[in-house]
Parts: sequence; structure tokens; C-alpha cells
Amino acid sequence: MGRLALRVFALGYLAALLLIPLGLVVFRAFEEGPGEAWEAVTTPDALHAFWLTILIAAIAVPANTVFGVLCALAVVRRRFRGHGLVNGIVDLPLALSPVVVGLALFLVYARGGWFGQTLLDNGMQVIFALPGMVLATIFVSLPFVVREVVPVLREIGDEQEQAAATLGASSWQTFWRITLPAIRWGVAYGVVLTTARALGEFGAVAVVSGRIAGKTETLTLFVNERFERFDLVGAYAASLVLALMAIATLAATTLVRKGEHT
Amino acid sequence: MTSAAASARRPLTRKSAGGGLSVGIATGYLSLIVLLPLAALVVRSAEDGADAFWNAITDPQAVAALETTLVWSLVVVAINAGAGTVIAWVLVRDDFRGKAIVNAVIDLPFALPTIVAGLTLLTLYGPKSPIGVNAAYTTVGLALALLFVTLPFVVRTVQPVLLELDRDMEEAAASLGANSLQTFRRIVFPNLFPAILSGVALSFARAVGEFGAVVLISGNIPYKTEVASVYIFGQIESDNVTGAAAVSVVLLAISLLALMGIGAVRRYATRHDG
Repeated sequence: MGRLALRVFALGYLAALLLIPLGLVVFRAFEEGPGEAWEAVTTPDALHAFWLTILIAAIAVPANTVFGVLCALAVVRRRFRGHGLVNGIVDLPLALSPVVVGLALFLVYARGGWFGQTLLDNGMQVIFALPGMVLATIFVSLPFVVREVVPVLREIGDEQEQAAATLGASSWQTFWRITLPAIRWGVAYGVVLTTARALGEFGAVAVVSGRIAGKTETLTLFVNERFERFDLVGAYAASLVLALMAIATLAATTLVRKGEHT
Repeated sequence: MTSAAASARRPLTRKSAGGGLSVGIATGYLSLIVLLPLAALVVRSAEDGADAFWNAITDPQAVAALETTLVWSLVVVAINAGAGTVIAWVLVRDDFRGKAIVNAVIDLPFALPTIVAGLTLLTLYGPKSPIGVNAAYTTVGLALALLFVTLPFVVRTVQPVLLELDRDMEEAAASLGANSLQTFRRIVFPNLFPAILSGVALSFARAVGEFGAVVLISGNIPYKTEVASVYIFGQIESDNVTGAAAVSVVLLAISLLALMGIGAVRRYATRHDG
């Protein structure tokens, strides 16, 4: 029957593209025993890469969350010149190649770039250092909170906010007591997506970091480096760590969706 | 518009001061994080003059890379249109054990780091493939990588439309003697078309700029499997910043066009909605 054929096609396609390859990564990571895999992800370089990844996300995600909420408020609640432009620029990171993002940052902050020399003279190294990697991660993960919060803000309207203002609430009070509780699930969903993107960024960070093992190497760069050095167990084991983080974010989105509907 | 009326009515409280601040911070942040670097990119590409720019983007290897990018993005997007629609249909209309899990798995390519995606595909379709299929360093490998990262787009745009679709029309068509293919072609497909187009545009924008998933499996062979983003990366590594910046500007222009396309498709979709 047609229905069965479609089901077989859909499941077969997903299995061939997603599930079997992922299962195989788990198998390969543990091929030489769980001890080997554990050792591969607990070398000093691997641990450094792991904590650097977490640190970058810990800076980029809050920055983009605060910006995302403010930008969504500006786009939905305010009328200002350049409104459409702001809306368009917010989407740009979604369509732009991460390598282009990396190069663009490089041209501003590297030695010989627009501000690179001035910053270096003042003891601030951006490219081949943490600040550049943070900027790259902020750039690529910028749209998610805005995109999740904008439709929620549109939907709730501003009657309650206006009522609060009329009753003498300051804008700060209105935001904390009225707006934020109403948009919290949108914010949460945006934060989860931002986190997933921040943890997984590769191309932009590859350009600006210099990829120095044990220094400017994130976990995704570590996977690439291990692979290029034919340390497959290391590459697979670190991939597995990243895949587990991805699955955790997926689980978090499911929880957020459930929260939304209660 | 109601929001216009609302803002005209809004009393002059401290609230509007806070709102002005939000506009200031939002535009400032966007300018610093996004616009400043992109401006530097455009300026740098023009710095050595129009000739240098033209030479850089007509370099045969650059042209080949841009061509590979566009051709394979289009191929992948076409496959997505079909496969994505079928998957969405199965998720909405079919019923089987484990459907909820399959539904959750669709988003995995969004959450999985791209480099892991590339490595993952290489395990099954690389030189050490347990099934003996070696697509590494070929355009097939490139296509697989792009299919992987763009999988969710069409599924996730078509699925909600299919959920909302009234089944009365299909039942009417069936009772009038239409077979299932005719019903799909005449009734279901026209309703899904704007959503499919929307998913296709998003997939295209993503595929054109993809780097991480492609870099391991495609082998990056110039004139063959090298895509634009990999070419740019190579030029940065070999200190040809002019070449890298020029091709980046071309890619930036393609991204802007893709975004405008997405916007146009969205407006078209809202016009043809219900």
C-alpha cells in the first residue's frame, strides 16, 4: 500500500542519513573499550577544549539573551526609523557562512585590521584569543532569542503593559512583573537554541581562534584536530560528548514545549 | 495598524524612556557585532581596487567553488522538497510505534555540531564504511553533508500546515473517484506549496554557507568538491586575504538574496493562507 511505502521511505531516509551514522559513532568511540574513550576525552587538551567551550557559551548565551529580549521589545513595541533594517540584520547570521563571519571579525580585530593594532597596543588580543572566539560565537548565535520572543510579544499584545503603566508602574516594574512572565517560555526556547548553536560553532571559531591545542581550541576544533592527526578514538569520543550535549538540548526543548502548554 | 494606534496613545511615562533605551541598545549591539565586521569585509574586498576584486572572483578555482556551491545546494534543496514533504506527511498522517521519537529526532541536525555531523556521515559513508559505500571526497559526500544539515527545514515548515489542513476536501475528492495521487496533486500539494517553498528557501540559505559538515567528507578537492566556504577558508590559511574577502562578499550577496527570497516567500505564503 502507498501508506506503508511512504512510511518505509521516510524511516529509511532518516535511518540512512541520521540514525545509523550516529549509532556507528557511538560504536566507533567505544571500539577499543570504554577506558580508551574515557582517556581520550580526559587528556589535558580535551579537558581544556571542553571547559573553553563551556566558558564561551557562558558568556555568549547571556549576552545574546539580554540583547534578544531588548531587540524583540524594540522591534515589536517601538516604531523607529530603520525598523525593517534591524529586523533583516537580525536574520543575517542564519544565512551567512560561518567562515565569512570569521573573516569579517578577523579584518576588524587582527593585527593590521581596523582596530587590531590599537587594541594590541593596549594589551588586548582579540584574534587568536578568547575575545575573538566569544565575538564569533555571539555573532552566529545572535538571532535565536529574538526570533523566539518576537512572535510571543506580538501575540500577548500590550494592553496589560499599558494598564500597568497607567497604574503608575515604572517601565522596569512593568517589564519584570508583566512582560517577562508572559514571554518566559519564548525566552527559554531561545536560550536553548542559542546554547546549542554556541556549543557547536565551528567555522567562525576556526578562523579567529588560530586553533592552538590546549589554548584556543574548543571541543569542535578538538574533534577536527584529532581527526586530522588520525586519532580516531579521540575524535569519536569528543564527538560523542558533543552529541550528548545536543541530545540534552533537544530534551530541553521538548520540556520547554511541554511547559508552554501548561 | 493597532500597534500604531497604541503607540500614539501611549502616555509619556518612564516606560517610553526605557523603550527608547531598548532601541538604542539593540541597534548599538547589532552595529558592533554584525555590521562593523561586515563593513570591514566589504571595505577590505574593495581596498585593492576593482581590478583586484574582479580578478579574485573570476579566479578559476573561485568560480569553480562558487559553481559547486550553487549547483549542489540546488540539487540538495530539490531532494529536500520531496523527502521533507514525505517525512512531514508520514509524521502527520501515519501512525506507528515510536512516532514521537522520530518526530524529536528530526531536529537533531539543528542541535548537532556541524563537525560532528561530517564525522558521523564519514563513519558510514567513508573509507572504512561497514557497508562498503565510500562517498568520501566525492560530490555525493558533499550532497550527503548538505542533506544532513538541511533536513529539518522542509519537514518543519510543511508539518504545521499539514496538521491544519482540512481533510474534508480530500475526502470529497476521493468520494468523487479521484485516486490518491490525483488527490495529492490537485488538493494537498497546492495547499502545501507555499510551505515547501519556504522550507526550500531556508535550506538553500543554509546549504550555500555550510562549512563544518562539508569540510571532512567532501575532501575539498579544487574544481571538484571544493565549495565556496571551504575555498575562503583555504585562502585565509594561505594569507590571500584579498581573495578570501572578495569571494566572501559574493557569498554575502548570495546570503542577502536568499534572505530576501525567504521574506518574499513568507509574504506569498501569508497571502495564500486560508
